[in-house]
Amino acid sequence: MRRLRTERSNVLTVSDLQVKVQTKEGATTLVQDINFELEKGKVLGLVGESGSGKTVTSMSILQLLDRKTTTIEGSITLQGRELNGLDDKEIRGIRGKDIAFIMQNPMNSFTPVFTIGNQFVETIRSHTALNKKQAKELAIEAMQNVNLPNPAKLLKSYPFQLSGGMLQRVMIAMAACLQPSVIIADEPTTALDVHNQLQVLRHLDKIRSEYGTSILLISHDLGVISEMADDVVVMQHGRIVETANVYELFDNPQHEYTKKLLNARLSIKHEEPITHML
Amino acid sequence: MITSLRIMMRSQKVIVLCSIILSFLFIITILAPWIAPNDPIAVNLANKLQPSSFEYPLGTDHLGRCTLSRILYGARISLGFATLIFISSLGIGLIVGTIAGYKGGWVDQVLMRLCDGVMAFPNLLLILGLVGILGPGLKQVIIALMLVQWVYYARIFRGMVLSLKEQNYIAAAKISGSSQWKIIKKHIIPNVLPPLAVMGTLEMGWAIMDISAMSFLGLGVQPPTPEWGAMIHEGKSYIRTNPELMLYPGLMIMLVVVTFNLLGEALSERFGVKRR
Amino acid sequence: MGTYILKRIMAIIPIFLLATLLTFGMIHLSPVDPAEAYLSAAHIQSTDEILAQKRHEFGLDQPLHVQYVNSIIKICQFDFGISYLSNKPVWEEVTYRMPATIQLALGSIILAILVSVPLGFLAGIKKNSGIDHFSRLLSFFGASIPSFWLGYLLIFFFSVKLDLFPVEGIGTWQHLVLPSVTLALPLIALYTRLLRASVLENLQEPYVLFARTRGIHEKVIMGKHVLRIAISPMITGLGMNLGKLLTGTIIVEAVFSWPGFGRYFIEAIFNRDVPVIQCYVLLAAGLFIFSNLIVDLIQMCIDPRISRKGGQSQ
Repeated sequence: MRRLRTERSNVLTVSDLQVKVQTKEGATTLVQDINFELEKGKVLGLVGESGSGKTVTSMSILQLLDRKTTTIEGSITLQGRELNGLDDKEIRGIRGKDIAFIMQNPMNSFTPVFTIGNQFVETIRSHTALNKKQAKELAIEAMQNVNLPNPAKLLKSYPFQLSGGMLQRVMIAMAACLQPSVIIADEPTTALDVHNQLQVLRHLDKIRSEYGTSILLISHDLGVISEMADDVVVMQHGRIVETANVYELFDNPQHEYTKKLLNARLSIKHEEPITHML
Repeated sequence: MITSLRIMMRSQKVIVLCSIILSFLFIITILAPWIAPNDPIAVNLANKLQPSSFEYPLGTDHLGRCTLSRILYGARISLGFATLIFISSLGIGLIVGTIAGYKGGWVDQVLMRLCDGVMAFPNLLLILGLVGILGPGLKQVIIALMLVQWVYYARIFRGMVLSLKEQNYIAAAKISGSSQWKIIKKHIIPNVLPPLAVMGTLEMGWAIMDISAMSFLGLGVQPPTPEWGAMIHEGKSYIRTNPELMLYPGLMIMLVVVTFNLLGEALSERFGVKRR
Repeated sequence: MGTYILKRIMAIIPIFLLATLLTFGMIHLSPVDPAEAYLSAAHIQSTDEILAQKRHEFGLDQPLHVQYVNSIIKICQFDFGISYLSNKPVWEEVTYRMPATIQLALGSIILAILVSVPLGFLAGIKKNSGIDHFSRLLSFFGASIPSFWLGYLLIFFFSVKLDLFPVEGIGTWQHLVLPSVTLALPLIALYTRLLRASVLENLQEPYVLFARTRGIHEKVIMGKHVLRIAISPMITGLGMNLGKLLTGTIIVEAVFSWPGFGRYFIEAIFNRDVPVIQCYVLLAAGLFIFSNLIVDLIQMCIDPRISRKGGQSQ
């Protein structure tokens, strides 16, 4: 039975999103007719191959595309507030605080010459009035929540001194610590080994259940999607080809492309079974 | 892709333009004895420090010599010897690089360390040091430049020989129809020519700068030979009254060096070669 | 980190030995016999007797390797011999003239850094803007213009025509301006280009994007994160080009009649004053080695990856 989707339970609504980029040859459309909603405390999976437009979509939510060459049309609302077209100062207030972003490759994402602590505190103090000491304490607390050992020491370390798995967890801690309404996770598991993948998904789920954060989970890995997502949006060539509840999608795919994706997945042998951990 | 195509096209235009300018310069250099209006070293004190006239299109210097003629003949020195240096250092570099690449082992190591050492030192310092031993004079400066500039070519040729060696193994491994020479022509030479061309144009520019710098210091060309750097040195005493004496030769140096540098940059863009 | 420094210092010793070997070889490969050169510079008629005596004085009749070792020992004591021309110890002459050259060099470096850092940085951030085009033009012409000509151009415009600065000589800060500018321009050309390229590269890096997603102010991203990393190649370039600075001083001192070590060196070449030439070359080599070390140390401070990984991150 379909639940009534009211406006209030939708944290993030994307309507008729279209992104065009200006190249030397003219205007190319990167994504179009993008419509989806993210409900409070739910995980929406965004599936597609490379080049399908997943990253462009996520970047446009945070207005991170190059303003000089790209135009974003359509509506992106966060709890009723229109994001598209916001000026720099306002969108900066939202980035990292109301909508947090988790990058694909944690090894590259941190600035190599500053300590983890420096960057963590920098993020916190960009959005709050906390002083350095308070921000540090908050950071340590956030890192404890993702089971990072010896957070105080980690804060003094440089990014190259940590493994990919640990860096990813730091990123999650940074994303969660200001209690955002939405976390966009762009391929959070792709750069990690299976063990760390499970950890990351587990932590994301914990954040979701504890704080009611909605998660936009972008991945080309259907295993990850099937584990975490409540609803799924499938993208191909810059358009949405199918939107469904996760069970319906896997049991009863409608679109040809979805079927192809699922078939491709089933024919690849998993080395270890991804156990249902939720 | 389109952007790189545009860069290539723009570089192409620059390459053509620079080549035209340089060809023109080389032509007037060769034709200097015929097109110079006067004898460049003919002293005529009665006529000294004259402004531009029909007989002396750029005026005369402090000894009554025709500035234009001196500039034209000076081009012979600068461009001529720069070319000589280019060819000889190319030759030396070819020999050394080939030996290093072919022999490998400690011979290679020693030679490459030597190259590193020379490359690390500023050109002019080495030249000054060499001139210090050999004594001042144009001949010595040319020799010094030759001894310094071959290192860049040696590296390129060594790389060529190394890849040639690899080709040997490959060619032996697979039973290919094409001859060794064809492989060399088709694969190796096109890979060697771009860096050589880029290096060559830049080196010519630097050589001309160095020759004029040394002549300016009085350690290169000896009077009365006309040379742009020396002319600037001679003109400096008259900077208040006849600034053009040092203006014209300097402009020529700049014109030639700018053209070579532009050409070098355009070539490196066109062929995707990294500069030094 | 301590071991790293030690390793670097150890690596210097063979280079130093090589430099001394080269200068030693220079003297003895020279077609001019040092004793003869001395006599001719001192305007003493050389007979066989006097020549033999001088050669004995200079230790030239000893076997080569003994001479070499002796010379190294002397160098470590800053004994570079006696100038043929003035008959005074070379080191004395050098220290007398050094301060002027150092003043010139410092003035130029400071000027170069003050101009290139903001220029290169802004040119990289605002690609294809007015300031970017200006910086590229400056870089191009700065590298193509002969410095002796530039010196005279500046003298012509600013001294002769506008009478703002003195034509030559040393003394007040006004004397320092034109020579410093002349010496600094090729440096500015190089550093600006290096920094600009480095900034452009860094703007594509993921850490810039990540900082944006965290809501960090663009100015902080540029000024704190990007600048810190981007400036590294420029600093390396700085160190590696101190040699260019040295040769530049030779020319600039000639143009502006600046009484420094460079001018002295040229005089020595004219007069075949071999000990002075040798001293200059050795000092240049020493400066080169030393500057590389300093640059490495600075890099270590800026980029924590280098010291902790033992210098592998480059």
